[in-house]
Amino acid sequence: MQIRLNGRPHEVGDDTTVDALLLSVTGSSRGSAAVVDGEVVPRSAWPTTALKDGQSVELITAVQGG
Amino acid sequence: MIDDLLTIAGVPLSSRLILGTGGAPSLHVIDETLQASGTALCTVAMRRVDAAMSGSILDVIDRRGVRVLPNTAGCRTAREAVQTAQLAREALETDWVKLEVVADERTLLPDPIELLDAAQSLVAQGFQVLPYTNDDPVLARRLQQAGCVAVMPLGSPIGTGLGISNPHNIELIVSEATVPVILDAGIGTASDAALAMELGCAGVLLASAVTRAQDPVAMATAMALAVAAGRLARLAGRIPKRFHAQASSPTEGMAVL
Repeated sequence: MQIRLNGRPHEVGDDTTVDALLLSVTGSSRGSAAVVDGEVVPRSAWPTTALKDGQSVELITAVQGG
Repeated sequence: MIDDLLTIAGVPLSSRLILGTGGAPSLHVIDETLQASGTALCTVAMRRVDAAMSGSILDVIDRRGVRVLPNTAGCRTAREAVQTAQLAREALETDWVKLEVVADERTLLPDPIELLDAAQSLVAQGFQVLPYTNDDPVLARRLQQAGCVAVMPLGSPIGTGLGISNPHNIELIVSEATVPVILDAGIGTASDAALAMELGCAGVLLASAVTRAQDPVAMATAMALAVAAGRLARLAGRIPKRFHAQASSPTEGMAVL
């Protein structure tokens, strides 16, 4: 199925969880977080939150900043 | 000085200098400036994951044993800032946030209406909020009433290096503060940081002054010394300013020549 990841089309397997997506994109779940269709997903819900076709996902992490 | 710790939200910090990491040319420079500054707290921004990015700033910060303070830089509305803080809490597992809600790109001045709104929401959600605010004593008071754990008035706009443009307002904020006052933004060089501390600020937060200096590591050292010197001078109690001279040598017992 296809989702939008950080504004771009992105292919993922059916029932991919937020946890799995974070791992596949960042290599670790540390230091990152996800917004799915405008809602921040709590860390505790990552393993059980399955993505659906067409959803919009923002993955963010810490970068240099003042 | 060993017992003179800056305590924010019940957490003692071993340095009164808070370092922003924005603007540094490399992670290596951040690593060296963290060490040279002796800081115990440093800020990061939250941005989209970039798969091409090599190395994480978090690894550098962790290695130095420095606590991380995520910011909401770039946010223009309370809604954006609250959501960015929520993301930072999930990503970094800290409920501390440097709250920034700016009005426009040209001045980067805080939008007081959105700022207070966001601060109230975040406090209600259990965040420890450190707001970047104008040098407005009334707004600082309102932010404290909202439950912020510190207030962080600007010296002058972000990245300008213009120093502290209204020291009287900073003193006024300090004089009635019930939480630590951290001078945030506008610091250009060591004397600006020392002045902030002499005015009674509990700490100084700076980024560009170090990260964009010609020699960031030397400037980080200078800032650490300036903050410590300013703090000591504040505690020592400066002499009052006078209009006329006052001799320091004895005025009696002069030889008749």
